[in-house]
Amino acid sequence: MGLIEKVFSLLEPAHWGVHPADRKRPAADVPVRGLPLPARLYVPLQQHIGAAARPVVLFGQTVLKGQLLAEAQGATSAAVHAPTSGIVSAIGDISAPHPSGLSFPAVTIEADGDDRWADAGIAVDPFGLPPQEVATRVAAAGVVGLGGATFPSALKLGLGLRAKIHTLIINGGECEPYLSCDDRLMRDAPDEIVDGIRIMLHATGATKALVGIEDNKPEAIAAMTAAARDFPAIRIASVPARYPMGSEKHLFSALTGQEVPADGRTTDLGALVHNVGTAWAVHEALRQGRPLVERIVTLNGGAIDMPGNIRVPVGALVADVLAFVGLKTEPARLVMGGPMMGNRLPHARVPVVKGTSGILALTANEAAQLDPGPCIRCSSCVRACPVGLLPLEMSARIGIDDLNGAVAFGLKDCIACGCCSFVCPSRIPLVHYFNHAKGELAAQGRAQLRNESAKRLAAARIERLARDTQEKAAAAARRKAERAAQKAAEKAAAGTTAAGAAAEAAQQASKEVVA
Amino acid sequence: MSAALPPGIPVAAPHAHAGGSVRRVMAKVMLALLPATLYGFWLYGWPAFHLFMFTIMFALCGEAFALRLMRRPVAPMLLDGSALLTGWLLALSLPPWAPWWIGALGGLFATLVAKQLFGGLGHNLFNPAMIARVALLISFPVPMTLWVAPLPLGSVGAPDFVAGLQITLAGIPQLDAVTSATLLGHAKTELSRGIDLLHAAANAPALSYIGDRAGSLGETAALLIAGGGIALIFMGVISWHIPFAMLAGIALPAFIGHAIEPARYLDVATHLLSGAVLLGAFFIATDYVTSPNTRRGQLVFGAGCGLLTWLIRTYGGYPEGVAFAVLLMNALTPAIDRLVKPRIYGRDRKGKPREPAAAKT
Repeated sequence: MGLIEKVFSLLEPAHWGVHPADRKRPAADVPVRGLPLPARLYVPLQQHIGAAARPVVLFGQTVLKGQLLAEAQGATSAAVHAPTSGIVSAIGDISAPHPSGLSFPAVTIEADGDDRWADAGIAVDPFGLPPQEVATRVAAAGVVGLGGATFPSALKLGLGLRAKIHTLIINGGECEPYLSCDDRLMRDAPDEIVDGIRIMLHATGATKALVGIEDNKPEAIAAMTAAARDFPAIRIASVPARYPMGSEKHLFSALTGQEVPADGRTTDLGALVHNVGTAWAVHEALRQGRPLVERIVTLNGGAIDMPGNIRVPVGALVADVLAFVGLKTEPARLVMGGPMMGNRLPHARVPVVKGTSGILALTANEAAQLDPGPCIRCSSCVRACPVGLLPLEMSARIGIDDLNGAVAFGLKDCIACGCCSFVCPSRIPLVHYFNHAKGELAAQGRAQLRNESAKRLAAARIERLARDTQEKAAAAARRKAERAAQKAAEKAAAGTTAAGAAAEAAQQASKEVVA
Repeated sequence: MSAALPPGIPVAAPHAHAGGSVRRVMAKVMLALLPATLYGFWLYGWPAFHLFMFTIMFALCGEAFALRLMRRPVAPMLLDGSALLTGWLLALSLPPWAPWWIGALGGLFATLVAKQLFGGLGHNLFNPAMIARVALLISFPVPMTLWVAPLPLGSVGAPDFVAGLQITLAGIPQLDAVTSATLLGHAKTELSRGIDLLHAAANAPALSYIGDRAGSLGETAALLIAGGGIALIFMGVISWHIPFAMLAGIALPAFIGHAIEPARYLDVATHLLSGAVLLGAFFIATDYVTSPNTRRGQLVFGAGCGLLTWLIRTYGGYPEGVAFAVLLMNALTPAIDRLVKPRIYGRDRKGKPREPAAAKT
């Protein structure tokens, strides 16, 4: 760092992110309630990043809770299990929890009400297993990252083994407002989480684990610190409450003071990030032999009568959960996930999935109204951006379809956290622009690949045709030369052997008789 | 970016908002200007009030007319307060007893030409109020440099509402009785006559901190303007970077010059309290639209405004230079924004990915 740089950094202290009103309480302080088992569960085959799982059950088949419904398919995928016992009543499309309301395949289970677990098998000591076997069991339990990205956890553990990880970062940040499912889990099941962390340390070969928890969750910090007291390899660290602290790279930086290089990952610096919920799911999978079939979901928002955290089986409809907590008023907007990055739901007849951290029923007052005005270049977005981008410049470029201009301003470094839209006084949906542009660029990239391969094929065809003509011409020339040579030889022969010619004529005649 | 997104844009994340709005920002700025403005009304009486009203009215008319021509929604965009604020800032920089048509032309020019011709709010390269002020100064130098000594409301000889309106509409009776030079104008005149400042100081108008001297509303109420500006910093509407850099950009060369040759160079206090320096530093140069995006860029921008102001005042043809300095730096803002960008996470200042080894330090 040069001298000028030092002077400037004194005048301009580093800052990033925003401080939204967290609105986690009172929901966070209410004990977890279990959702009464719905009559029917809709278990999607695609609850993770990667390829959809392939069903292994048949229509009409009886399944037990925890039984494999669909197996992982392809390199990046995750298994899906039955969230309760019952009968497979349908395998087909249902509405996805996505603003588009598009459908995706799911297994429908008619619950028999017994909620009977499949035989879990014999419990083993996970520390006696080789690390690779731990990852295999995590994969078999269908565990995915519960922080929201839903990346198959076993793949991440395997990556850790290959990348020589020394530090495990456990994400207990939960920086999204309204949400408290991780907070609740850390308060209620700290020993299970710590055990899961120890298993993950064993599986990755890392020597220490840092658990980052935002300082607006003192109860969770206390509970986790107490649970980790006997394990010096696990350190519970309080980090300042600030959005998006839960972003993998930002939490990593807050805990280690290092910065992940652009285009790189935390694993390049020897650290692997997992969510606290994932640690709990790993514990359940290894110690109890139980696959991931339920999770804690935060039900919050002004329209909800009894906000709080609910234990929900995967596949329960949002409508079922809303009916359980009750609605005070008709919500102006339903959101799955947090208010900063969550998806608006088209309606409540969509299932809760592994990655559902919360369901928000927002009133008109709570939900941000977009009535965008012109950008006044106040640069609030510049200061809010946790990545150091210039959202106002990027959106101006995207507004005139200059996507490359936006890329030059760092569009590809955007993490879509939404801080810029959150602070914009003109209410411009900045992050929406960026997501649109990224999608457009991806489509353009695919089209370009297609064009290039078409071009390659066309060029190959032209080349082939040219080669063919050339070869044909060469062959014709060769034949011509051969014929000329033959004729010359015949001429020479005809002059010398008249007798030979007579014999040939006789031969010809006999051939005709045979024919 | 165009103001009009297609109606019914999909509802996307985030679903929460910090709650700010353009109207609220403008309202805060106006609130910060209010004490100085009211004090100015009291100090210069009804003519100042009438000129203020004329300026704002015509600024709003210009805005409404342009919006109508462009078939944009007039009412919501007029109510965002930006045109009102532009007119307000222009009025604070005018001679308080100037005739109504100065305010009217200035107001129209500010919103119609300097703002809407460039594409409206957010698209103007130059500060509209300062463009209008400079246009007036160049076109009508006499009324724009005719300053009156304060004649507070209620004092002997102060015009009442109707007399004040007559002054604004028909001009100042008994010109010599009330006009007076500003400090900067006096210094410039005397220096150009070959009289050095040490001798000129004897008959110079006194530098008054409470505004008991000739000047515009924004000039004489300097301390109230500074107070309003500091309030804006605490309200989070502006940051300290531009005001601080601008004041330092004037104070530093003024201090050095005055220390070396007091007969030639005015002192720091005179520079800071005269003309539109404080109004400029806190309210004009900090205009979001025409100043750089980054804090670093803002430091450069502010320092440039300050230094140019001092240079124009000291060596230029005009006694006052804030408006010119701000406009010149406005022209440089796109260049500053191009050169001074925030560092992207995981990259160095040039935008190259950081080496893992470097990142570890």
